[in-house]
Amino acid sequence: MRTGFIGVALATLALALALAATATGAPSVASQTGSCAKENLRLVQPGKLTLATDNPAFPPWWGGGETRPPWKVSNPYSGQGYESAVAYAVARELGFRKGEVEWRHVPFAQSFRPGKKNFDWYMAQVSYTPERDRQVDFSNAYYYVNQALVARKGTPIARARSIAALRPYRLGAQLGTTSYEYIVDHIRPSSRPLAFRTNDLAIQALKNGQIDGIVVDLPTAFYVTAVQVEDGVIVGQFPNRGGTRERFGMVFEQGNPLRRCVNRALNRLWANGTIKALQNRWLARVGGAPVLR
Amino acid sequence: MLVAAVSTVVFFGVLAALVTQTPGWDRFRDYFFDWSLYRESLPEVARAFLINVRIFLIAEAIILVTALFVAVLRSLPGPVFFPVRALAIAYADFFRGVPTILVILMLGVGMPALGVEGIPTSQVFWAIVSLVLVYTAYVSEVYRAGIESVHPSQDAAARSLGLTRAQSLRFVVLPQAVRRVIPPLLNDFIGLQKDTALVSVLGVVEVLNQSQIIEAATFKGTPYLVAATLFVLLTIPLARFTDWLIARDRRRRQVEAVAL
Repeated sequence: MRTGFIGVALATLALALALAATATGAPSVASQTGSCAKENLRLVQPGKLTLATDNPAFPPWWGGGETRPPWKVSNPYSGQGYESAVAYAVARELGFRKGEVEWRHVPFAQSFRPGKKNFDWYMAQVSYTPERDRQVDFSNAYYYVNQALVARKGTPIARARSIAALRPYRLGAQLGTTSYEYIVDHIRPSSRPLAFRTNDLAIQALKNGQIDGIVVDLPTAFYVTAVQVEDGVIVGQFPNRGGTRERFGMVFEQGNPLRRCVNRALNRLWANGTIKALQNRWLARVGGAPVLR
Repeated sequence: MLVAAVSTVVFFGVLAALVTQTPGWDRFRDYFFDWSLYRESLPEVARAFLINVRIFLIAEAIILVTALFVAVLRSLPGPVFFPVRALAIAYADFFRGVPTILVILMLGVGMPALGVEGIPTSQVFWAIVSLVLVYTAYVSEVYRAGIESVHPSQDAAARSLGLTRAQSLRFVVLPQAVRRVIPPLLNDFIGLQKDTALVSVLGVVEVLNQSQIIEAATFKGTPYLVAATLFVLLTIPLARFTDWLIARDRRRRQVEAVAL
C-alpha cells in the first residue's frame, strides 16, 4: 500500500516535471532536477548506475567484441550493440557519464527471482507480459519485436510458408522465453518442442539435426544465420498474437522508483528520434522476412 | 510425553515465527505459495514428470543388470583377470568422478554431433545412456560391498561340495550379497530418480524444464513446489516398499532357521 502511495506521488511529481520541462523546452534540464535528479535517485551503488545483462551478451543487441573480461562475445561497456547503446543513452538522460555505469552478469532466471536485486535495471531482450509484470516492474518498450524461425537451407521445413506447415516438425527455443511460448501456444507442433538452457544449445541441436528449427527474435535470427549457423536460413517471421505487440523492457525490482525516471528518459529518446537512430545503426541488417501466417 | 509435545510446539512455533518475520517473507510466500498457480500448473508439470519416470524406469532396469556384471568382473580372483579388474576399476573411478550433468551434456550434444548414420540423435536416448554409465559405476560398488561382505568360508564350503566357481557365485554368494545391499540399492535408486532432472540440460521438457518454463512465464517459483511434491510422492512409497521387502526377507530367513 505504501509503495502504491509513493508511486502515485512520484507519478504526479513526474508529470508535473514533464509539463514543466515541455514548457521550458529544455528536457535535459528536467532530468537533473526533482525526484529524477541524479543525486536523488535510489541506486544499488550510490553515484553510479549498476546495470546487468547475461553473459555472453550477443550481437546485434550487444557489440564491441570480446574486449573486457569476463565478458564473452560482446562488451557491454562498449556502448555498441542496440541494448548497450540504449542503456547508455538512457544513462546520459539521467545525467550519468559513461564511466559511471557498471555492468554485472546476471542470468535471465536470476533477474526476476525474489530477493534484493544487485542491479538498478536488467536488460537482455526480456519481453513484457502481464504475468511477469506482477513480479517485477518493466520499463516502457525500447524495442518492439517479432519472433522468427531459423532452419537449415535445403531441409524440408525451410520451404514452409505458413504456421500450419510447421506443425509436423521438431522445434526448439530457449527455455522460458516468449519464443518457446510462441511454439507451444501458436505453432502447436505435433511433437513436443524442446527447451534449451541457452540459445547456443538450441543452435547446437539444430546443427546436429536433433531439431528442425529454432524460434528466436527476428534480430537474433539475423545474427544466428549470419554468424552461428553456416547453412542457416530465416524461414520467416511470425505475426504478433493476442492484439498486443511484443516488446522488450528493462526489468526493475518491484516498486523501484527509478523506473519512472527511466520511462521519462525513454519517452524523450523515442520522441527526439534517438531510438529510431539507434535501431537504424545497430539493427540495420535486420531486414524483412516473409511473414508466416 | 507432555515435555515432548510442549517442546515440539515451541520449537516449530519459534521456527515459524522466525521465518515469517524475515523482511522478504511476503515476497517469498508470493513467489512460492501461489495455490491457484499450483493447481493450474499441476497437470502440465505432472505430464512432464512422466518423462522422468520413464527415463528412470528404463535406466534402473538396465543398471541393476550391468552393475552386477561390473561388480562380478571386479571380484574375479587371480592374476589372469587383472586386465578385466583394472578396466572395471578405471571405469568406476571415471564415472564416479565426472559430474553426471557433464556426462549427459557431453554424450547428449557430442554423440549426435558426430553425424554418423545410425547413431541416435534422440536426447532421451543419450540421457538414459549417460545415467546408466554413471549409476552403473555407483551401483557396482554397492554390489561389490555386498559380495565382499559374504564370508569367504561360504564360497569355500560351496566349492568343497563340488559347485563350480560360477555356481557358487550364483547360488551361494550373490543371493546373500544382494539381500544385504537392498537398502543402499534403494538409496541409489532414489538418487537416480532425482538425477533424471539433469536431462533438462539437453532441452527435453521434463519436470524441471517444464517448471522453469512456467516460472519464466509467471516469474513465480510455485511450479518447483509442484515438482518437489511429485518427486516426494514417488520416493516415499518406494522407501516403504523396501522396508517391507527387508522385513519379509528377515521373516523368511527366520522360518528357514527354525525349519533347519
